[in-house]
Amino acid sequence: MQDLDAIVASARADVAAASSEQALEQLRVDYLGKKGQITARLKDLGKLSAEERPAAGALINQAKEDVQALINSAKSRMAEAALNDKLQAESIDVTLPGRTEAPGSLHPVTRTLNRIEDFFSRCGYTVEEGPEIEDDYHNFEALNIPAHHPARAMHDTFYFNASTLLRTHTSPVQIRTMERGKPPFRMICPGRVYRCDSDMTHTPMFHQVEGLLVDRQVSFADLKSTIVEFLREFFEKDLQVRFRPSYFPFTEPSAEVDIEWGRDSDGSIRWLEVMGCGMVHPKVFQAAGIDPETWRGFAFGLGVERLAMLRYGVNDLRMFFENDMRFLEQF
Amino acid sequence: MKFSEQWLREWVNPVLSREALTHQITMAGLEVDDVESVATAFSGVIVAEVLDVAPHPDADKLRVCQVSDGQATWQIVCGAANVRTGLKVPMAQIGATLPGDFKIKKAKLRGVESNGMLCSEQELGLADTADGLFELPANAPVGQDIRAYLGLDDAIIDVDLTPNRSDCLSVMGIAREVAALNGMTFKPHEVPEVHFSINDEFPIHLDAPEACPRYVGRVIRNVDLNRPTPLWMVEKLRRSGIRSIDPAVDVTNFVMLELGQPMHAFDLAQLNGAIHVRFARDGETLTLLDGQTVTLDETTLVIADQQKVLAMAGVMGGEFSGVADGTRDLFLESAFFTPLTIVGKARNYGLHTDSSHRFERGVDSDHQRRAIERATRLLIDIVGGQPGPVVEMVSKPHLPVRDEIELRHQRVDDVLGIHLDRTRIEEILARLGVTVTRVTKEGGVFKVPSHRFDLSIEVDLIEEIGRIYGYNKLPVTEPKARLAIPSLPEDRLSVRALKQQLVGQGFREVVTYSFVDRESLRLLTPMHSTIELANPIASDMAVMRTTLIAGLIKAAGYNQNRQQTRLRLFETGLAFHSWQGEIVQEPKLAGLLAGGRLSEGWLSSKEKVDFFDLKGQVEALLALTGKRYQWRKGDHPALHPGQSAEILLDGAVVGIAGALHPQIVKSLDLNGPTFTFELCLNSIVKAKVPNFRGISKFPEIRRDLAIIIDKATDYADVSAVIAESAGESCVRHNLFDVYLGENLGADKKSLAVSIVWRNSERTLRDEEVTEAFNHVIKALEGRFGASLRS
Repeated sequence: MQDLDAIVASARADVAAASSEQALEQLRVDYLGKKGQITARLKDLGKLSAEERPAAGALINQAKEDVQALINSAKSRMAEAALNDKLQAESIDVTLPGRTEAPGSLHPVTRTLNRIEDFFSRCGYTVEEGPEIEDDYHNFEALNIPAHHPARAMHDTFYFNASTLLRTHTSPVQIRTMERGKPPFRMICPGRVYRCDSDMTHTPMFHQVEGLLVDRQVSFADLKSTIVEFLREFFEKDLQVRFRPSYFPFTEPSAEVDIEWGRDSDGSIRWLEVMGCGMVHPKVFQAAGIDPETWRGFAFGLGVERLAMLRYGVNDLRMFFENDMRFLEQF
Repeated sequence: MKFSEQWLREWVNPVLSREALTHQITMAGLEVDDVESVATAFSGVIVAEVLDVAPHPDADKLRVCQVSDGQATWQIVCGAANVRTGLKVPMAQIGATLPGDFKIKKAKLRGVESNGMLCSEQELGLADTADGLFELPANAPVGQDIRAYLGLDDAIIDVDLTPNRSDCLSVMGIAREVAALNGMTFKPHEVPEVHFSINDEFPIHLDAPEACPRYVGRVIRNVDLNRPTPLWMVEKLRRSGIRSIDPAVDVTNFVMLELGQPMHAFDLAQLNGAIHVRFARDGETLTLLDGQTVTLDETTLVIADQQKVLAMAGVMGGEFSGVADGTRDLFLESAFFTPLTIVGKARNYGLHTDSSHRFERGVDSDHQRRAIERATRLLIDIVGGQPGPVVEMVSKPHLPVRDEIELRHQRVDDVLGIHLDRTRIEEILARLGVTVTRVTKEGGVFKVPSHRFDLSIEVDLIEEIGRIYGYNKLPVTEPKARLAIPSLPEDRLSVRALKQQLVGQGFREVVTYSFVDRESLRLLTPMHSTIELANPIASDMAVMRTTLIAGLIKAAGYNQNRQQTRLRLFETGLAFHSWQGEIVQEPKLAGLLAGGRLSEGWLSSKEKVDFFDLKGQVEALLALTGKRYQWRKGDHPALHPGQSAEILLDGAVVGIAGALHPQIVKSLDLNGPTFTFELCLNSIVKAKVPNFRGISKFPEIRRDLAIIIDKATDYADVSAVIAESAGESCVRHNLFDVYLGENLGADKKSLAVSIVWRNSERTLRDEEVTEAFNHVIKALEGRFGASLRS
């Protein structure tokens, strides 16, 4: 059987020398094919005696398997190498920018309004809207600001004619909502408001949110908790809040709200005015057809740009309306 | 209201530091806007007297002065032109420190020794400019520290008063409030009557008693207005922001600041016959003190004599009846004009005066006689003269009445959220001069002092109780209101969701002004009647926007001018126009695209956006609603006539989209093709609530179709014919190619459409699909003359 071992050894050398899958296939045919060298030895078995045949057959089969294994293993090595080459060829610079439409952005006023609305929605307030071109009655009269009231001078109103104007605050929406419905109410009224004023710290248009809660048992103490919780939530800070007596024709008692905004070198709190509030004036209830003896309420109002400036550190009010991409993309 | 702290402390002097006092005033609702020291820090300056002035041997402009500090005489070299023998001036001694940390040392000026410095107001930091030494009055005490002499360790307190608190538009008013806050008794300064030394009276007629129910006048003869106003008064006025003019004007201003009663001094020689307080006759004219001549109307109250109008009541005096050089005899006016008469009048004539500010908010109607007595005393002390008797005309029935106010204690507790007992309530109100006249079971009936005309109903008193008690001492409690849960229907799409979708698509939200220029609206929406502001802030902000596109264009231009070329903007808000006389205010959502299709990058081509980028963005947005929208050719005047679409929902137009008209792009200075859309917000916030349909388990069969048709045929029409001719089993069809080419002919195009069939109950047979497909082809041939592309 020396001969068979020589064939296997020659096959081993041939497989090792093969450089392609085709060459291996040719070797398979040469050794194991119908006319292959090992197959030829099977034909010789007939010449052997019946006793010798099984052992010789087994040896040939063993040689056949050995050669097949050599070829298979060479084939899979070659496939692996080919795959590796392919993967290598397909590798890329993963640090290159992706193919995408980068998202845009919400205006900081909207972003701020969303946060305010979210807070009050969680407290059960509805969001109400109303017209921006208003009548004198809803913007002033119904809010206890009769013609010639000195408070009107503070409003710097844009007029269309004697009785039509651009709303100077979103309070008329409260009146309209109360006229339409029945107490109790919990609502906020966000929106654009207009004042005929333009300088470093005033733009002729800005945004306000007015809030109103009307029920049977509502007190100034309830108003205080609502405002304090809102401001702490908005600024995400346990800041100090103080209530300073003030005057608005549509609320009484009225207060302005200051928040702690830094400290002076001596440790004293620097206060910053952020909003106004108060208990709904009985005349406002009367104008909206609600009995002030049965119902009480509180109202508050805040400037959205002002809160946005404080929250995001914007230092120029006018930027909100210039719409410079380099400003907008920061939000 | 600006006033000197020292002046206030002359009236009421609580043991409080400046900081504590101003904090207390602020927290009482009289917001202190500013506290400013009267003088910056300096030291070592005294009142001195110039004893002798001699020329400097080596300098023409310098003088060598001998100056007394009361004890010794010092040689000081001085360059001021007004230095003269006998002059009292501030002298900075050796060792003094002037503002700016300027130290005074012994010096030699051109070889002559100088032992100090004579000062101007500017050098002491009291004025911005000066044209010579600060000349002190002849009676200034030599040797006294100038800070003490001028009362410079004082502060100017500026209080921003709310319109309801005009009772605090005087030092007396503020003092009354401070006394109440500190629980101190307030005693106004005594104003003794000045007895008349002559009998001259000038008659007064209240022709309009409803507007002027009280007018007090007095004649003072033989005054000498050349005498100077005393320094203490000049300083008090200055610290209230009022310039000294002459003793008569200064005294009336002083009394207004001190007591809150505006007054006026007339030159008696200019008055004819009698004073008539009446309404102007239409067209009467008056030349005011500031030199302007106004034409009056019948609603304006005036002070007139028998011949002419002398003054606009409560607003401003007339030029020709006021005191002037040579005035010898005065007629003093102290009147009560009702707020409703005065309010708005000054503004109507473009005026705002200290007087109108007070009268329109209200002055104490009981106070006129006291004010005229105070003014008389001050005047004759300064300018001499003989006063006549006070003439007071009153129309009692027209004077304001202070109703008594009933207060229920329970209501105090309910509104403030704290229990206060009767003693506490009455004590707090008593401090404000509000006294109980009758005790009731529920509380009490209270009387309000005449200066608190802002108090008229129960809640006014409750506010005062809360204010004096201290808002910040009131408790903090959670509202105990019922929890009504606001509904949130599923078919309601929030504007927020739409905005968020656009942000996800790469759009940035802008907020532009609701008023724009007339010209851009004329170009963009010539079909709308606009609504114009009567008092715009600028001509390019004068008309309410009829379309949000106007603002988007402006924002785009602004950014294009700043090298930002790829723009995707949107805005929501109201658009306004007038329709048959009615104002229409409609919520809109609008967007704009310009510049590159993609951001510049290594992967992207440099292609610009086109109509189909716009349409794709709008379709993606509207997909949020789950509804089907139709697009058809539109004719909006702002859009390119060949690239203009209308968007319809259930047959109604809900928006427009297209390329801005090239003419408009040019007129409005935009850079390159610009695409825009505008949708009616109310129409697109209704969303579809999902409704499940079973999923077929049978296979789909697809056939592709390529047809050649006229170029002018809209795909929407082709699509509709396919949908209606492909049979019930057709589930969808999809356009996958559009080809234009010379080989087709210039007026033809080729459309390639895939059509997909499927049945939910069985597998379709090939012949069925072929039949349906042929039916489609026939329908297209019949309807559009389409031919199959080979």
